[in-house]
Amino acid sequence: MSDRVATREEPVRPTLLPISLIDGAGVAVNGKRTAGFARPDDQLLLGLYRKMVVARRFDIQVSALTRQGRLATYPSALGQEACEISAVAALAEGDWLFPTYRDTVALVSRGVTPAEALTLFRGDWHLGFDPGHYRIAPQSTPLATQALHAVGLATAAKLKGDDTVALTFLGDGSTSEGDAHEAFNFAAVWQAPVVFLVQNNQYAISVPVAKQTHARTFADKAIGYGMPGYFVDGNDAAAMFAVISASVERARAGGGPTLIEGLTYRVEAHTNSDDPTRYRGKAEETTWRGLDPIARLETYLTKAGILTAGVAADITAEAEALASATRDSMSESPVLDPLELFDHVYVNDRPALLEQRAFLERELAATEAGGHR
Amino acid sequence: MTILENRRSAMPAAQEAAQTATQVSLAGALTAALRDSMAEDSRVVVFGEDVGPLGGVFRVTDGLAKEFGDTRIWDSPLAEAGIVGTAIGMAMYGMRPVVEMQFDAFSYPAFEQITSHLAKMHNRSKGAVTLPIVIRIPYAGGIGGVEHHSDSSEAYWTHTPGLTVVTPSNPADAYSMLREAIASDDPVIFLEPKSRYWSKDAVELPVVTPPMTRALVLREGTDVTLVAYGPTVKTALQAADLGAAEGLSIEVIDLRSLSPFDDETVGASVRKTSRAAIIHEASQFGGYGAEVAARVTERQFFHLAAPILRITGFDIPFPSPKLEEYHLPTAERVLAALDTWEW
Repeated sequence: MSDRVATREEPVRPTLLPISLIDGAGVAVNGKRTAGFARPDDQLLLGLYRKMVVARRFDIQVSALTRQGRLATYPSALGQEACEISAVAALAEGDWLFPTYRDTVALVSRGVTPAEALTLFRGDWHLGFDPGHYRIAPQSTPLATQALHAVGLATAAKLKGDDTVALTFLGDGSTSEGDAHEAFNFAAVWQAPVVFLVQNNQYAISVPVAKQTHARTFADKAIGYGMPGYFVDGNDAAAMFAVISASVERARAGGGPTLIEGLTYRVEAHTNSDDPTRYRGKAEETTWRGLDPIARLETYLTKAGILTAGVAADITAEAEALASATRDSMSESPVLDPLELFDHVYVNDRPALLEQRAFLERELAATEAGGHR
Repeated sequence: MTILENRRSAMPAAQEAAQTATQVSLAGALTAALRDSMAEDSRVVVFGEDVGPLGGVFRVTDGLAKEFGDTRIWDSPLAEAGIVGTAIGMAMYGMRPVVEMQFDAFSYPAFEQITSHLAKMHNRSKGAVTLPIVIRIPYAGGIGGVEHHSDSSEAYWTHTPGLTVVTPSNPADAYSMLREAIASDDPVIFLEPKSRYWSKDAVELPVVTPPMTRALVLREGTDVTLVAYGPTVKTALQAADLGAAEGLSIEVIDLRSLSPFDDETVGASVRKTSRAAIIHEASQFGGYGAEVAARVTERQFFHLAAPILRITGFDIPFPSPKLEEYHLPTAERVLAALDTWEW
């Protein structure tokens, strides 16, 4: 037996049924399906519920604004709030989040303002926020590339002796990218304090999971890399928070990376320009709406007696306030300055680029003076 | 006074006197530059394939693992996108990674990380994120490498806004330019001409040569400007020697930086000589020489007495070791090309 085999711990075998702490009907789960994870206390769950409701209201508002032409595009995360919000809630202030284009609600939940978070989607040329300030990496449009950035950042933190953890979102489709494999492998070899959260929302635009992988679950892939993998009900915020928190703290304590699959569903289209009726049926959508992450938590918390009418009204007010602020911030078209396009291509100025900037500046001046371009 | 003179005069006399010129190879100069940068700045880390105890397949990181330990320099898994991608994350946390792509053609798996992220992050974050990363790439042919070991990939990188692309041709520049690249806040593609790794010069280290973004006139001449970089600088100087024997005065320019391009130095030379040729190993179509020819034509057209010539590799995949001599531009080919002009 090689040293490697002799010294490695027996890997955590992902379950074949998703880990579940509160089921689709809002009932607490006990026994085997919890895989030993304890249900977070009710006050913590109420906090998650509040953020999920606010996130959904934001998502619905932004989709509406997109249909009205205020944004160029918007990939909705509706139905995925348990994954999005649990991930943000499980991170400490100094930890880093590496989001994809679908995770805008996570940005907003972490404090990025709607105007900042929607900068790119409304057609501007830059992110709109300072990653270092929020410890949120730029939303990645290329798939899985940000997972490597997360591994690098976490490794740098480890080398410096900091206890920073990085969590990166991935989608089911992006696990097919080579960069996902490289990120999993680098993280495991370097024992980087990283959590990979695969939101399996069943579709990569139109392509179903069965055409992305022959593995039983995405969590199963963890075994091959020598890291723990967890297959979790991604619409169960209690389970998602419990598993992500444990993984984050394990990483923080020097235990290395974890791969988590949250089984969820992309309720909306890929973006406003997609047409899901071409590749999936209504029955399926109806089934998943019945497994809604917010509805089940609402049932659970109401039964527990802590989601009172007063609290519910307060949450609604917070959600409406954010929606209103979002509408306000999108009501005017952004003021775009084409000359800014030259300002941050390099740190060090380049004469040839300044010449091109001056050319555009003259052209703009001529246009403003009423001349033809 | 040039910046070079400025920096040199600032060096303490005792330190200068203590230095003795020794024969240093281009590879050895790179090793020294890495060592000095690592010693000076604890944020500088080095990783890649075989760069640890082995010292790299070209031994450029020789001895550094022993000297600095495995928290400063280490062997990574064998995956180039992974190497560049993790370097980006490290730079986001304040480090200054210097990573090695083992051979030119093996950098292609990292193409997306380099072009879509490394090159764009500073811009898309409106300047909030800087990525001070150096990607060292041994490139070009002339060493009898088997397939995929001799590519000249410079045009892929120079075509990408956001990247600085430089290539030294001699040991002094190798040292100074690598130090400067590591100190730069812009990402730098550092192309190392592998056929020149073992060529030696008498160099006093540390040495500071002119800024890496400036082209240098290596040989003054009056009849033609011959623009070269990296591995072909030596070829260009050989051509100048051959030309001199025939009464042809060739001015040789070492570009050093491919992006940005030093329009000023090249332009001044062409205005003097009225003729220009560019020599590179990479294939011709869509190659770097096309950009040089276009820029010089746009800016110096009325000073030109003849069309600009390109002496380059053929538009074929890089040949096998036993056939590369037919592909690589030679001094004789340069002179033959210049002979096609009416003088």
